[in-house]
Amino acid sequence: MNFETTIGLEVHIELKTNSKAYSPAPVVYGAEPNTNTNVIDWGYPGVLPQVNKGALEFGMRAALALNCEIRKDIHFDRKNYFYPDNPKAYQITQSDTPIAHDGWLEIELEDGTKKKIGIEEMHVEEDAGKNTHNPDGYSYVDLNRQGTPLIEIVSKPDIASPDEAYAYLTRLRQIIQFTGVSDVKMEEGSMRADVNISVRPVGSDKFGTKTEMKNLNSFEHVKKGLEYEAKRQAKVLMAGGKVQQETRRFDVPTGTTILMRVKEGASDYRYFPEPDLPPIHISDDWIQEVKASIPEMPDVRRKRYVNEWGIPEYDAGVLTQTKEMSDFYEATVAAGADAKLAANWLMGEVSAYLNANKVELAKTALTPAHLATMIQLIEDETISSKIAKKVFKEIITNDTEPKAWVEAKGMVQLSDPVKLQPIIDEVLDNNEQSIIDFKNGKDRAVGFLVGAIMKQTRGKANPKVVNKLLMASLNAR
Amino acid sequence: MAITANEVEHVASLAKLKFTDEELQKFTGQMDAIIDMVEQLQEVDTTGVPVTSTVTDATNVMREDVAVKGTDRDLLMENVPEHQDGLIKVPAIIDESEEA
Repeated sequence: MNFETTIGLEVHIELKTNSKAYSPAPVVYGAEPNTNTNVIDWGYPGVLPQVNKGALEFGMRAALALNCEIRKDIHFDRKNYFYPDNPKAYQITQSDTPIAHDGWLEIELEDGTKKKIGIEEMHVEEDAGKNTHNPDGYSYVDLNRQGTPLIEIVSKPDIASPDEAYAYLTRLRQIIQFTGVSDVKMEEGSMRADVNISVRPVGSDKFGTKTEMKNLNSFEHVKKGLEYEAKRQAKVLMAGGKVQQETRRFDVPTGTTILMRVKEGASDYRYFPEPDLPPIHISDDWIQEVKASIPEMPDVRRKRYVNEWGIPEYDAGVLTQTKEMSDFYEATVAAGADAKLAANWLMGEVSAYLNANKVELAKTALTPAHLATMIQLIEDETISSKIAKKVFKEIITNDTEPKAWVEAKGMVQLSDPVKLQPIIDEVLDNNEQSIIDFKNGKDRAVGFLVGAIMKQTRGKANPKVVNKLLMASLNAR
Repeated sequence: MAITANEVEHVASLAKLKFTDEELQKFTGQMDAIIDMVEQLQEVDTTGVPVTSTVTDATNVMREDVAVKGTDRDLLMENVPEHQDGLIKVPAIIDESEEA
């Protein structure tokens, strides 16, 4: 029997507003515990929360970038549950009237095929605090994160494989990053994914029973967890068994999923309309205003690189993968670098350096101005491509102006024939055998001679000029 | 009966409350009477009235996204039974929440 897979993703993304969703306490990642909170976050009696207009606007911005419809009239709801990281004993969310619905994004798979994945709904809510369990039998609570605005994005059941789920998450992160509403960092928890998956025999018109995995913290884990789960469920069905509706956990060391708990009926959150927050009407003008605030999206940039700068489609895709890289690239071109050379450097040496050292571009000393200057030095043949590697190492590790550095270090390329000719003559005089070899048609002799000249000039000779002068000299002898 | 003892027990457990049999009977009767009273509202003709979630008539009450320094931690900790290194210390609880 063959099976088809249906995957749903619920992604939570923290918005990088200045203040919290319903209180004016600051939103800062990595601050001292419990220093960015106030009595609203702590759920003190008698406090009155107020909606952060910025959180709604960031939510709308994300929704519009995901091609969603904005709901004109919304209210907030209380979702009731007890947990120490949730001092109010409820979360203020939008369950009845999510701010956005019916959007889509387009994924691109490894083989180049494109597919639209629908977005069921997107709403704005608040994050909970952070609980740290300790072996001493206590938990330790930090409420800094309590009340941080979140958006939750729920996909339609259009995702049909773990690879598509991976592509969806990659695309979602890219789009949200370009909107500027979140850092979308899995490792810092500003992007988190809950996934559900079911399988059914090919052709069946009814979805299978789904299992869930919550709070996965890397795209790779999502993919591996889903791959394992699809196989596990198919095996259960093949053996004549039934898949149970349950929550499972992806176990990293074994690459398997482990049962956490079986779902017994729907959870009883007793949602009701939030009495502390009056409803919100979203006018067309407001939507237009938010629409105008959306920065240029990656696809538009990609097209611009291809059409205006002659960058290959694939390269333009790589350069627009992150906003950081794309911004850096544009600044380098604006600083005077040739667009193609700048693209080659960023995708080649720069990316290799970032991967090898596991750092982000912003954490290096490299600036667009320095990279542009270095590229210009190569273009006008002030430095050789060999020397460029040394210059590059210097400017990515230190805040060094490349032109001044190259001059101070005496690395300027030797291109003047008047200076090169005597060196070439000397090398030829000392290598009679190579000249004889050359005359006998052994091309290898040329390479040997170039090497000797480069050695004489400690690598500074311009290879193009050397080649030209050498050939002329050889033929003249 | 508008509500059964089982339902009252369920709602109580959601609120982390436990009742004796005697209390359960008593509260079931009281809640039943309350629901009966509230149900009189069903008699009102609401044809053409939109679903209402608040009664203040206020809309679009929002605050600009401006951060205000958090409340002094030492002050907040005065109301915390146990704390350590700026963290609130609570008995470990097995995760029964579904998270955000």
